Amino acid sequence: MRLSQDPAIDTVAKLGTVSVAMFAFVFVVMVPLYNVLCDALGINGKTSSEAYISLFAEVDETRSIKVQFIATNNDGMPWAFSPQVTEMLVHPGAANDTVFFAANPTINAMVAQAIPSVSPSRAAEYFHKTECFCFEQQPLDGNGEAEMPLQFIVDQELPADIKTITLSYTLFDVTSLMSGKVASR
Amino acid sequence: MLNARALAATALLPLAANAQNQINMSTGISEAGAVITDLGAEIYGLHMLIFWICVAIGIGVFGVMLYSIYAHRKSKGVEASQFHENTRVEIAWTVVPFIILVGMAVPATSTLLEVYDNDDAEMSILVTGYQWKWKYEYLDADGENFAFFSNLATSQEQIYNTDTKGENYLLEVDEPLVIPVDTKVRFLITANDVIHSWWVPEIAVKRDAIPGFINEAWTRVLAEGVYRGQCTELCGAYHGFMPVEVHVVSHGEFDDWMAAKKGAAAADAALAATELSTDELIARGEDVYNASCLACHGANGEGGLGNAIAGSAIAMGGLDSHLNVIVNGVAGTAMQAFGAQLSDVDVAAVTTYQRNAFGNNTGDVVQASDVVSYKEG
Amino acid sequence: MGDHHHGPAKGLSRWLYTTNHKDIGTMYLWFSFAMFLLGGAFAMVIRAELFQPGMQLVEPGFFNQMTTLHGLVMVFGAIMPSFVGLANWLIPMMIGAPDMALPRMNNWSFWILPPAFLMLASTLLMEGGAPAFGWTFYAPLSTTYAPPSVTFFIFAIHILGVSSIMGSINIIATVMNMRAPGMTYMKMPLFVWTWLITAFLLVAVMPVLAGAVTMMLMDIHFGTSFFSAAGGGDPVLFQHIFWFFGHPEVYIIILPAFGVISQIIPAFSRKPLFGYASMVYATAAIAFLSFIVWAHHMYTVGMPVAGELFFMYATMLIAVPTGVKVFNWVTTMWRGAMTFETPMLFSIGFLVLFTIGGFTGLMLSIAPADFQYHDTYFVVAHFHYVMVAGAVFSMTAAIYFWLPKWTGRMYNETMGKVHFWVSFIGFNITFFPQHFVGLAGMPRRIPDYALQFADFNMMSSIGAFIYGASQLLFLYNVIAAIVAGEKVSDEKVWDGAEGLEWTLPSPPPYHTFETPPKIEEQPAH
Repeated sequence: MRLSQDPAIDTVAKLGTVSVAMFAFVFVVMVPLYNVLCDALGINGKTSSEAYISLFAEVDETRSIKVQFIATNNDGMPWAFSPQVTEMLVHPGAANDTVFFAANPTINAMVAQAIPSVSPSRAAEYFHKTECFCFEQQPLDGNGEAEMPLQFIVDQELPADIKTITLSYTLFDVTSLMSGKVASR
Repeated sequence: MLNARALAATALLPLAANAQNQINMSTGISEAGAVITDLGAEIYGLHMLIFWICVAIGIGVFGVMLYSIYAHRKSKGVEASQFHENTRVEIAWTVVPFIILVGMAVPATSTLLEVYDNDDAEMSILVTGYQWKWKYEYLDADGENFAFFSNLATSQEQIYNTDTKGENYLLEVDEPLVIPVDTKVRFLITANDVIHSWWVPEIAVKRDAIPGFINEAWTRVLAEGVYRGQCTELCGAYHGFMPVEVHVVSHGEFDDWMAAKKGAAAADAALAATELSTDELIARGEDVYNASCLACHGANGEGGLGNAIAGSAIAMGGLDSHLNVIVNGVAGTAMQAFGAQLSDVDVAAVTTYQRNAFGNNTGDVVQASDVVSYKEG
Repeated sequence: MGDHHHGPAKGLSRWLYTTNHKDIGTMYLWFSFAMFLLGGAFAMVIRAELFQPGMQLVEPGFFNQMTTLHGLVMVFGAIMPSFVGLANWLIPMMIGAPDMALPRMNNWSFWILPPAFLMLASTLLMEGGAPAFGWTFYAPLSTTYAPPSVTFFIFAIHILGVSSIMGSINIIATVMNMRAPGMTYMKMPLFVWTWLITAFLLVAVMPVLAGAVTMMLMDIHFGTSFFSAAGGGDPVLFQHIFWFFGHPEVYIIILPAFGVISQIIPAFSRKPLFGYASMVYATAAIAFLSFIVWAHHMYTVGMPVAGELFFMYATMLIAVPTGVKVFNWVTTMWRGAMTFETPMLFSIGFLVLFTIGGFTGLMLSIAPADFQYHDTYFVVAHFHYVMVAGAVFSMTAAIYFWLPKWTGRMYNETMGKVHFWVSFIGFNITFFPQHFVGLAGMPRRIPDYALQFADFNMMSSIGAFIYGASQLLFLYNVIAAIVAGEKVSDEKVWDGAEGLEWTLPSPPPYHTFETPPKIEEQPAH
């Protein structure tokens, strides 16, 4: 399709369109593609940010998977944050419950966001959270404390060579984001 | 297998660790001839294999070139040929290199799969990169994790050339990571702020530390010793000043060390319930200052990357504001929340020190209980 | 198009308003040389601090500003504009066209560069200092933890990107539409081919860089979280986007250099380029492959093993077309009748040293070994071999080769040879030891180092000062030639030079090929 009578301008117009399209490609394709691939394949260890709806599945009693829990604070986050247990042995298919403790030691109300990360990253797509405190922001008043629940199922399709899964939560302070102010550093 | 080849290859270039003017990668074998890690030796063998293949190809190509430069010069009276294409030759030097590459890819693939074999570990350690230090946390199945920070131990005097540099200049820390020998250790690696990278060349482990995400790596060190590495991802001003020091010791020594460390931590916690003398606080505070504050705030509190403490309104003003800065850091700057990194006794000590050193002379004394009350609000 | 039959305007307005490809080429070349000296000055600060262990001259934060600006200025201010300058001067003449397709856009492409670099250099004086996060500016060091000058850095990158994109569009439009009748694609000089392919790469990936810095801008100022885990983003996303640009970028830098060598070696061997068609296909193959290898810059980031293997295999594959090119150049020399004037010396230097850089590149492509090389001086050595001994040597060869044609005056051959040998020796003293310290464990981007790295670092710094000094010799030689060089008597200048540009007078008139030349009937390559 000619964009101009002048062949040179025609070339220019087409190439200009390619440039604009490549710029749009970054936002409209690369970012969503990265997120889709990561969500679907768990490539960067990110687990889904939505609750998993479990269909009844058989529990595989022949396999035991060690699940480790790590709780860590990001820069500037002063909350006490720890898991109730640091590891548990689970069977694929079984529903498991645990709890994380958080305490706000300051006198101000704050809001936190827990970001999960799974290692090995290829285990992420087999680690299903039916309930997780990481799905939402966690507000705590000054000196407040909370017990935050986590319910999860390890999928039976977990590759046979994976015997240990580590789930790490990093707690971020998102108070300034939530109050409508732009985060400025 | 590749190990035998690696050992044979090392015979060609024997090198000591930390050697002056070392020209090659760590062989994965110690000075005494003991294998440090199988994976390290395998990686070294792969590195040398590719290297020698490149040398061979280089000799071929440069040989032809140099010969041509000598023999095909106008000054020798030669007449230039005019041949300018040959499809068969083009195909040959496309296919043959391809085959050589496939040959390289096979051992490379098998070694890479080894690198990713993180499971079945006997011990897990959470490694967190901070600006500009490492934190190590031994994960315990019963929930009794044990954590500590590892700071550069080289003095500012050595760095700024007013003192002679020690043998392990820039590669020494106050609290090294200690692991038992012949134990599969799984490292879980993350970062507190920006991207860092944890690297120990002699055990051939390097993994990026990404804030909000966890990476894993593993090692099984077969030779006791001290192994040193550095941060390998630009992470800000002091990227070059956050080394890694790993001590690999016997199981018995490891257990003793862990018990002693936990005991010291418990003693420290117990100390928090007591009152220390002013002298004790200031002496301890000076140590804490030198390890944690000096790099940014200066040996005389004169400032640098950080604000001056000498004559500072904060260090001489209300205690609560002073503790706020130390405990909670200052958002938007490089001043971290040291409340999470230092014990209450250490916070009390360094605050006392700052309030009395550098000519500040407030006469204030801060006890651990003051810090605890401050934190509780 | 042209209704003017008088010469160029006089004074400053000539340069400000010129739409003439020769003028614009000249401006790009002088600008890029100035940037080369500026980037070189930053390198001198780096090497001066690294001369000995300990901090002697600068603070660590300022050192990081130097490494960052050195990279940015060299890549975007020196090497890329220099080859655009060559393209401007040579492409119209080589294809028998009177000028570039869009002469006014050509003027803008150049003139937005000086303000962009002024803005970038001015960040040194801003509160918080210049960008100090490396020329690769990974998030969140370059977003949440960046100094205020990062915003100006982003604007500068946007402007540079626009300049490159406009220049590339111009080159493609020119080559595709303005070749003289009879000049088929397969009769074009290889330099034109390499630039055509490079221009497509630029049009495809410079917008990706613009996207990456725009996302940074949004994260920093508009509360988005593309690269911040807190808001559901990922710092590694930045690396993927950056290197999706970054890898093609290094081929953008080297392909025109390949084109130059492909012009010079045949000329001084008095023999046609061996395997012209293969060289075209190899260049295109390199360009295609360059899009699928980006994550070899990220082997330690925690990618799943399948991804790591894919990128390793794809990266190793690039060695094949690159090797084909090296073999073709050597075969061009074979059974030629060579002389070794300065352009040929730099070209042979390129051939040897770029190939060495290619070998270390192959070593780096091996993912498990790269865990020991990544972010060490081994990488720094590799890319300086391919970018300095590769692209810069090629550019230097080009200047010596075409300067007599552009100016009608010959440079001093003895001084040229001295420049070559001092450069060659200085370069190798600077960068060869960096392989050693990198393998021995020295990381990149550190202002101070452990004692076992001291001797090689001192050597490297001495080499750097030698290499830097030799560039002043180059400058002197070029100016001396322009001002007082011996006038060229033979249009061809060089015995074995082939191509339309050599049929023109030296210097060529302000407007050339206003009437398209007759392309001799010779078979397409």
